[in-house]
Amino acid sequence: MFKIEPRGYESKFWRYASPVLALLLTGATSGLIFLAMGRPAGLTVYTFLIAPLLQQDGVQALVVKAAPLIMMGVGLSLAYRANVWNIGTDGQFTLGAICGGGVALAFPDVTPWVLFPVMIVAGAIGGMLNGGLVAWLRIRFNANEILTSLMFAYIAQYFLVYLVTGPWRDPEGFGFPQTALFSDNALAPRLIEDTNVHIGVLLAPLIAVALWFMLEKSLLGFQFRVLGQATRAAKFAGFNENRLVWIAMLISGGLAGLAGMLEATGTLGQLTTTLSPDYGFTAIIVAFLGRLNPLGAIPAGLLLALTYLGGDAAQINLGLPNAVTGIFQGILLFYLLGCDILLLNRIRWVSSRMRATG
Amino acid sequence: MTALLVAFLVSTIAASTPLLLAATGELVVEKAGVLNLGVEGMMLAGAIAGFATANVTGMTTLGVLAALAAGVALSLLFAIISLTLQANQTATGLALTIFGRGFSALVGAGYVGIPAPTLPKVHIPLLSDIPVLGPVVFGHDILVYLSLAILAVVAWCIRYTHLGLILRAVGDSHDAAHALGYAVVPIRYGAVAFGGALAGLAGAYMSLAYTPLWAQDMTAGRGWVAVALVTFSAWRPFWLLIGAWFFGALMYLSLYVQALGVPVPSALLSALPYIGTVVVLVLISRDARLIRLHRPAMLGRPFQARA
Repeated sequence: MFKIEPRGYESKFWRYASPVLALLLTGATSGLIFLAMGRPAGLTVYTFLIAPLLQQDGVQALVVKAAPLIMMGVGLSLAYRANVWNIGTDGQFTLGAICGGGVALAFPDVTPWVLFPVMIVAGAIGGMLNGGLVAWLRIRFNANEILTSLMFAYIAQYFLVYLVTGPWRDPEGFGFPQTALFSDNALAPRLIEDTNVHIGVLLAPLIAVALWFMLEKSLLGFQFRVLGQATRAAKFAGFNENRLVWIAMLISGGLAGLAGMLEATGTLGQLTTTLSPDYGFTAIIVAFLGRLNPLGAIPAGLLLALTYLGGDAAQINLGLPNAVTGIFQGILLFYLLGCDILLLNRIRWVSSRMRATG
Repeated sequence: MTALLVAFLVSTIAASTPLLLAATGELVVEKAGVLNLGVEGMMLAGAIAGFATANVTGMTTLGVLAALAAGVALSLLFAIISLTLQANQTATGLALTIFGRGFSALVGAGYVGIPAPTLPKVHIPLLSDIPVLGPVVFGHDILVYLSLAILAVVAWCIRYTHLGLILRAVGDSHDAAHALGYAVVPIRYGAVAFGGALAGLAGAYMSLAYTPLWAQDMTAGRGWVAVALVTFSAWRPFWLLIGAWFFGALMYLSLYVQALGVPVPSALLSALPYIGTVVVLVLISRDARLIRLHRPAMLGRPFQARA
């Protein structure tokens, strides 16, 4: 019989080993699921996790996919540290894309040196408006941010559908629910010519480093950590909880908005009814896989980006539905959370004879 | 006018049933001090399990049972990780929703756009033929009546029985309940499994009676509305019913107004139930005293027995 015993301290080893263990367990479990579906387990896991990287431009596709996930994951790391449960980053992402894209559609002829910075600000503001509204409802009316942020994600999605099927629909688009293509001036600048590798790929790690400094080295970051780990202590220390909730929601919302704007102008080139393939939920896993550490969100974002590419590869090469991505992500988060028991506890095998003697 | 009223009432009750089933389950879970945010995932798993089983066997009863089993199975995953391994309940619930969506989409890929038998409407001779009252009260399928019966039993159990007292003790003070000799974790397992069963039934209602078809993400946030309903009701069963009817009416109206061809864009009308959820949550949450009075004190807190 297994017994869970408190260690009495936090294990440094398991702090970094537990996500690795979770990954291995996820790989093994997915293999079993593929077997149960009558697929060769090894080949499927290979197609899902390794083959996408070996393809031509595989690494480029990976970093482009990872950029928004890293940005959103970094913001969530910060918010979750302070026990602010923003789970509606999908909505903030969508509103960022709408605001940034709206600027792009309204001023197609302005020089990119002016236009693009304005779009960056607009995208971030779009996300911050949504995040700020959630913060205000929590602070002013005590409304649970988990539920309100998620409801706004649905509302933002319907608002997007309204815009691209209504006032913003491309008149020359044969009735398809999409806006006109953005002008060249409004496209996110490329880091490498003739590829999709846009400026977000550079911004995402920079933002992660900046927020890491803020969280680990500044008084504000200290307040965040105390609020999350010991709410009462934070109150006795006189930290302003409401101010921290505001900051957490504005930063996580703003980063999601920025990610949405960059996705729309960097990879899609227009607004359509489906901007985000569930990035909002995936970003939650990025934050947890990265140990709620902004720097950890970088490798975590790359890995979760790989699950998207893997889902596409499994669909094309093996005929599996790309919903496999969702299952893989869900199992990964389960194992991540479950393995964390090893941080503060050890698991011991207690034989029935030992139990009897005491 | 009468026909309109009958249609409104019948559709409202139908739209409120999955909300009521899932919310009743979540109420019991939260009364035990556990917050399971995986309702949406469990509903989707129930919907596809019920639909696939009914499609293959041709029997809706088996479909409903399969949905129930799928909900319980997923809820036990949640229980192992959040109760035995003491992981953060908020995050574990989210994992369950993500997993349930992926799982249902994967299993359901082969079932899109094909028919399955639907739950038959109960027909009681004479009673079902009464004008207005007949179709509104006596013209539904079995799950509608079951949802009301379950709510009544749950309300009675929580308030008047020993079992309900234990449940509330575990949810309000798990250390005291433990000291009195109650097995906190197994009791919570039971509550979580009950919540899973009802979420599964809610899913079955969606795919076998309400829609009735399988489509990816067909619950469209109803699981989350159900979680919000529990807060809205301030953990009181009677208000759960009122809330479910209110949202059922809102969902019907947003569809009905679209069908009327009112010059409001349909995408905005579709957002109405979600806007309504935010508004109602805000209205109820501002009364901090009401929430403090009724909220299970241990909600979301992990329990570890000290030797």
